Amino acid sequence: MTSEMAIAPDSGENERKSRLNMRDDRLHFLIITIGPVLATLVIASFILMAMGVSPLDYYGYIFQRGMLSPSGVQATLTRMGPLLLIAASLIVCFRAGIWNLGGDAQFILGAVFVAAAGPELVAILPVWLMLLLCLSIGAAAGAVWSLVPAFLRAYQGINEIITTMMMTFLGGSLANVLVKLVFLDPETTVPQTRTLAVSDRLPRLFDTTVSSGVLLGLAAVLIVHFTMNRTAFGLRLRIVGANAKAAVHAGLPVATLTVIVFSLSAGLAGLAGAVAVLGQTGNVRADWNPAYTLTIVPLVFLARFNGFATIAFVFLFSVLSIGSESAARRLGVPNYFTLVTMATLLILMAVAEMIDQRRRKRKEV
Amino acid sequence: MAGTSAAATALDPNGPLVSVRNVSKRFPGILANDRITIDFWPGEVHVLLGENGAGKSTLVSMLTGFLQPSEGQIEVAGVPQDLASPQRALDLGIGAVYQHSMLAPTLTLAENVSLGRSWWRRPDRRGIADEMRKTAASVGITIRPEALTSALSLGERQQAEIVRALMRGSRFLILDEATAMLTPKDAEKLGNLMRRLAQDGRGVVFITHKLNEAVSYGDRISVLRQGKQVGGLTPERLRAMDKDEARDEIVRLMFGARTASSEMTKVASAPRRRIDGTEKPILEILALEVDDDATPVSGIDVKIRPGEIVGIAGIDGNGQVQLAEALAGQRPVRDGRIYLDGVPIEDKSIGARRNLGLSYVTDDRLGEGIVGTFPVSLNLLLKQIGDTPFWKHGLEQPLEIARNAEEKVSAFDIRTPGIGTPAGKLSGGNIQKLLLARELGEKTRAVIFAKPTYGLDLQNIEASRNRIREAADARKAVLLISTELDELLELSDRIAVMSQGRIVGIVDNNETARQRVGELMSGVGE
Repeated sequence: MTSEMAIAPDSGENERKSRLNMRDDRLHFLIITIGPVLATLVIASFILMAMGVSPLDYYGYIFQRGMLSPSGVQATLTRMGPLLLIAASLIVCFRAGIWNLGGDAQFILGAVFVAAAGPELVAILPVWLMLLLCLSIGAAAGAVWSLVPAFLRAYQGINEIITTMMMTFLGGSLANVLVKLVFLDPETTVPQTRTLAVSDRLPRLFDTTVSSGVLLGLAAVLIVHFTMNRTAFGLRLRIVGANAKAAVHAGLPVATLTVIVFSLSAGLAGLAGAVAVLGQTGNVRADWNPAYTLTIVPLVFLARFNGFATIAFVFLFSVLSIGSESAARRLGVPNYFTLVTMATLLILMAVAEMIDQRRRKRKEV
Repeated sequence: MAGTSAAATALDPNGPLVSVRNVSKRFPGILANDRITIDFWPGEVHVLLGENGAGKSTLVSMLTGFLQPSEGQIEVAGVPQDLASPQRALDLGIGAVYQHSMLAPTLTLAENVSLGRSWWRRPDRRGIADEMRKTAASVGITIRPEALTSALSLGERQQAEIVRALMRGSRFLILDEATAMLTPKDAEKLGNLMRRLAQDGRGVVFITHKLNEAVSYGDRISVLRQGKQVGGLTPERLRAMDKDEARDEIVRLMFGARTASSEMTKVASAPRRRIDGTEKPILEILALEVDDDATPVSGIDVKIRPGEIVGIAGIDGNGQVQLAEALAGQRPVRDGRIYLDGVPIEDKSIGARRNLGLSYVTDDRLGEGIVGTFPVSLNLLLKQIGDTPFWKHGLEQPLEIARNAEEKVSAFDIRTPGIGTPAGKLSGGNIQKLLLARELGEKTRAVIFAKPTYGLDLQNIEASRNRIREAADARKAVLLISTELDELLELSDRIAVMSQGRIVGIVDNNETARQRVGELMSGVGE
């Protein structure tokens, strides 16, 4: 599934040749990564023209909003926080060969419990302690929601793709019920939880509106990347993912590791929910469920579970989604058009990936 | 498509069926096939011999369209052909049967045959079944097309695969180590089937590691060494020789000057180690029972003293795997005791047993022995993850890991491009060396070898057997599970015979052992 890193470099005999080869490889890599982005812009432009909107205006506006205007950049970076945490959550489980696709429910439950606890706790605790407690609550809520699929998979061998997705339906509904019936803010007419004051949220970075959640997200992705690649624990998880029979043979406690992977992955998803509430929204509305997970899944795959590449993809996605939300208001292009752009990009990236694999196979053979 | 297969069938009866002309195949850093020229004639069983890594598989892959030659060309019925895909090779009448069955286990044989056909048509199960029976009868075998594939033995599955290939119009059949996993009886059946296919005017290519089979079933023999064709025996020469002469000649071709050392494999009795009967056993198995759906194991009582090799003989599938896994801790024990140096270990984890000095060299090398995508260096430490000095506080220490790998690679003569090479890319013999390097440490007290030489070439067989002897010489207790009687007779001090999950007898390895083990295996005296 992943290309494992070699520990020792090969002997330097064919060094010159391999350097030439490397330059060729780099060029190829560039084409494979940039190519789909350009092709996507072209295809989406045709669709925009068919809708009577100038693609130059639209994309110019998106990039201007998402990457050039100060407020846009700040929104982009703030949004990256939860997305990066979800990406970290997915990297953990995918590298261990486990398909936790229940991130959406783990996320929203984390968010709901944090939104409920935050305003209560801040009344009795200092803000920093409340924030720490809330982050833990979010992670715990996510992790608990994964226990059923985790145990079913670990001890009964039941496919976790189905169970985590079912738990998503249940979790989404539960979150909705909790907001409407239990944690409802009596002072508003909209069904939503009480709102955390801006001053009680995650601290902002410097003089901007960027929430420090993005730092949590970056740290999570980098820690996960390092743990999976460089520690004994990460290696154990990768063995379970790459060859479960070999893991049993080597004496690894596969069932226990499976439960741990679920808890970590779902915990990170729950943490993402916590960061979204503590850094961005301040509350949870009953109709709010961004369902980020399934959008991040392909990004993580295209990054081949590499932490750094994941960060780059998540940034790009953030820019597009923030920019297009503004573009929707300004140019009358529906907000959903981001999804069209993203979907086109993902499909073209998958095509590029396929071409790349063919090329590598050819080289190998 | 129909036209091309017609071209393959309407061949000149005097010409070769398939010819390989000056074919080379290059992989990065390796010349796997070096200007090979071989003619495959109709009416012949053509045996391809060579050590693991000699280039046989590469050649077969090119004949079946999975790989394309870097240079040279392949002619089918005298016409140069570009075998660009497996489908193309099939259309030209080239079929192949491999060591592992390629049939879908959840379908019946007839359904498996219908798989390659037009998807929009309803499969005519009865028609296919009749055709199958007829085809099978035409080559002198009977098969049940309605039988579920998973219910059949590997031998039966391979017969069905041959029938399927014949039904597709294959005139040229490649049997790539097809006998490697068969019981001796099934292997013999397959050998006879091969002979009949050749008599009917088809071309058969047979790849094997067993020289006896090569000599018994082959008409013509070609030997590859390090990617080159180093010689062979024509039908005239092969007929003129008796079996021993032919074997000697083949060994000479395969190993060049090293004939003398490979003769060793035939000399059965190496000097026996002295086992002190009063010494305390290292490994004691008492009334062991293990659950299993297919072959539950019970009534296992074995004691192994320091320096002793106890062999477990028996046809494959009589509970050997279950026994080995239960001893290693991979499978729960229902009842009974296992003592290692006097410590009961039947309830201990795999890791705890290993720490006490129990090693298990599995026969499922690719399936559970290694993680194929991981580098050699990490596979050598697969059972020591987190241990110092390779990990400190859970952090990988690349230098230590590399040092350990370099050491093991040279000590066990593992042929690998580098310690960073994915272990799955090594040849079978080198993967086995990797496992031996991992399992035979200084702390090891008892070793379970499961079919340690199965699927290996002569040289690696010898290397593995030497490791087993060395383990015993180092006063370890050795349990040697093998389906090769000669191997057990060569190495063991005592031989236990397993049949249907029970040990039906243990005999001392002396002059009468072959006879008595044979009797126990065939059920005499029960």
